[in-house]
Amino acid sequence: MINLIRSLGRWGLGTFERLGRGHLFLLHILAGIPGLFLRFSLVIQQVYSVGVLSLLIILISGLFVGMVLGLQGYNTLVDFGAEESLGVLVSLSLVRELGPVVSALLFAGRAGSALTAEIGLMKSTEQLSGMEMMAVDPIRRVIAPRFMAGLISMPLLAAIFSAVGIIGAFLVGHGLLGVDDGAFWSQMQAKTDFYDDIMNGVIKSVVFGFVVTWIALFEGHDAIPTSEGVGRATTRTVVHSAFAILGLDFVLTALMFGDE
Amino acid sequence: MMQNKSTEIIVGMFVAAGIAALFMLAMKVSNLGDFTDEAGYQVTAEFENIGGLKVRAPVTMAGVRVGRVSSINLDPTTYNAEVTINMYSQFDNIPYDTSASIYTAGLLGEQYIGLVAGAEEEFLQDGDVIDLTQPALVLEQVIGQFLYSKAEGEE
Amino acid sequence: MPLIKIRDLHFYRGNRAIFEGVNIDIERGKVTAIMGPSGTGKTTLLKLIGGQLRPDKGTIEVDGQNVHKLSRSDLYELRKRMGMLFQSGALLTDLTVYDNVAFPLREHTNLPESMIRDLVLMKLQAVGLRNARNLQPAELSGGMARRVALARAVALEPMMIMYDEPFTGQDPISMGTLVNLIHRMNDAMGLTSIVVSHDVAETAEIADYIYLLSGGKIIEHGSPVQLRRSGSQWVQQFMQGLPDGPVPFHYAGPDFDEDLLKPEEYA
Repeated sequence: MINLIRSLGRWGLGTFERLGRGHLFLLHILAGIPGLFLRFSLVIQQVYSVGVLSLLIILISGLFVGMVLGLQGYNTLVDFGAEESLGVLVSLSLVRELGPVVSALLFAGRAGSALTAEIGLMKSTEQLSGMEMMAVDPIRRVIAPRFMAGLISMPLLAAIFSAVGIIGAFLVGHGLLGVDDGAFWSQMQAKTDFYDDIMNGVIKSVVFGFVVTWIALFEGHDAIPTSEGVGRATTRTVVHSAFAILGLDFVLTALMFGDE
Repeated sequence: MMQNKSTEIIVGMFVAAGIAALFMLAMKVSNLGDFTDEAGYQVTAEFENIGGLKVRAPVTMAGVRVGRVSSINLDPTTYNAEVTINMYSQFDNIPYDTSASIYTAGLLGEQYIGLVAGAEEEFLQDGDVIDLTQPALVLEQVIGQFLYSKAEGEE
Repeated sequence: MPLIKIRDLHFYRGNRAIFEGVNIDIERGKVTAIMGPSGTGKTTLLKLIGGQLRPDKGTIEVDGQNVHKLSRSDLYELRKRMGMLFQSGALLTDLTVYDNVAFPLREHTNLPESMIRDLVLMKLQAVGLRNARNLQPAELSGGMARRVALARAVALEPMMIMYDEPFTGQDPISMGTLVNLIHRMNDAMGLTSIVVSHDVAETAEIADYIYLLSGGKIIEHGSPVQLRRSGSQWVQQFMQGLPDGPVPFHYAGPDFDEDLLKPEEYA
């Protein structure tokens, strides 16, 4: 019994210690961001590996999610004779929820895990340590550009995901199921608000991008520098990111749409 | 260096695609496109009951959108709902004795204000009040009345 | 005055003492070797000198400055004058050989690209890898990677270089090349070198002075000749690589005979 409480205590202390280190790490990153504007090519390089390389999975998933939404939504709505509302259903679910959340989950799986593995590997091969000894701060030189790139890429990816999803739903709804295209778009436009829906979705994706990139970089930087340690850190990145995304999604949704 | 250049181009295309997607969401998916013609004149109408009418609900005439609900207040003396409508400026020839009713789009849809043109030569102007109004149908009341009359008829 | 002065150094990892009262002086312009069995914290010592770790007690002075009292920016200034060669080379895997050597120059100077090119080619020529400049680090052998790392470490013309196990895992030819290079760099550039190693023969060949480290303490120090003549049995065992001696061949525990007469472990 005592042992159980003790191990609980140890776990708790360990968690708090990691949280503390994570926040110090974040402060260090943020302090390095102003300097990045002088060397923006570093960020561009990372937007390529973080954003562009995630594009394919985002495009394909977005298209399929949209098409499934179109099919499922149609089958439900047609019972009420409201299949004209398909556009609204699809646009609101994509723009408010699925766009930011699913693309953040995919981003964590594709880019987040890659970031953790890359940083962890750089640590285990002493590249970070070597940079420090060359009087180059690895957090400013290596971590901060990746963080910035995550922050830039995530909202763009989420917007692309939503847009492609809506197109996918339109293809299924109009092309396959014969929903009137005018009704599809006009209903959508009437019910989707730019500030309440689209901007809130964008805010969500910025928050998710921030958190996922932070988790990924921290896990990599904090990894035990062995192949096993890096492997575990990569798994932790995906799991913790998923928790963080879903938890924060609830909090943000409650804040944004709770009072309606 | 060459590789660097092509990376920059691809990243540029990626960012452009992202912004284009956002733009599409803004213009094609949401109602942001409507904001451009927002400038107009304000008229008010008093309703006994507005049901589920919301701010920014459309105001139509013969099915054509001519304005939006810009605010809803409770009149402190009459306890009626005072609805302010922002009419688009291009519809400046709406007769003074136009009537306003609250309708529902479809059985379960959102509520909107429908205007029916009157016959006056004078047109509505900024700050005018629409006198002829018809409150929203509240489904419970309608059903209640129907049941009540049905019960009376059977006796 | 020595370039590096370590006084009463204590360092603990958890409850385990890595150093307990170590004093070391490293003379300018000389090759000083720090030797000892694996796991005696030789790499830790280099990280302490470089300011990447903090001692629990004691001071480390480099060129008259207490490394652990410096502000962050002063420490970074000092590090520009220190080179370090990591065991793995620590080359940046996403850059070519050329860009790796150019890295510290691009980070710390505003030299035009043409001058950086001259400097990089010069350094690569010195380690014999000028024609390998377009290779990726993954395409290099371990010995070549260390030579590139050496070219990178001297790119900023530092006052000293720390070598972390430069000979480990090298074939005889590249081992010979590295021994030769360390020696040459030291003499040609007027560097101060610190070599951390447990390869007795190669290290003794180039070192002017050797510190023997074991169990968190300096066991013996002196020139290679002095150490070979040392009366200490431990030093003799280490220098000659004898399998048994003060450091026993057998892991500590009960005697073999005793163990054989104890069948109850199978019961």
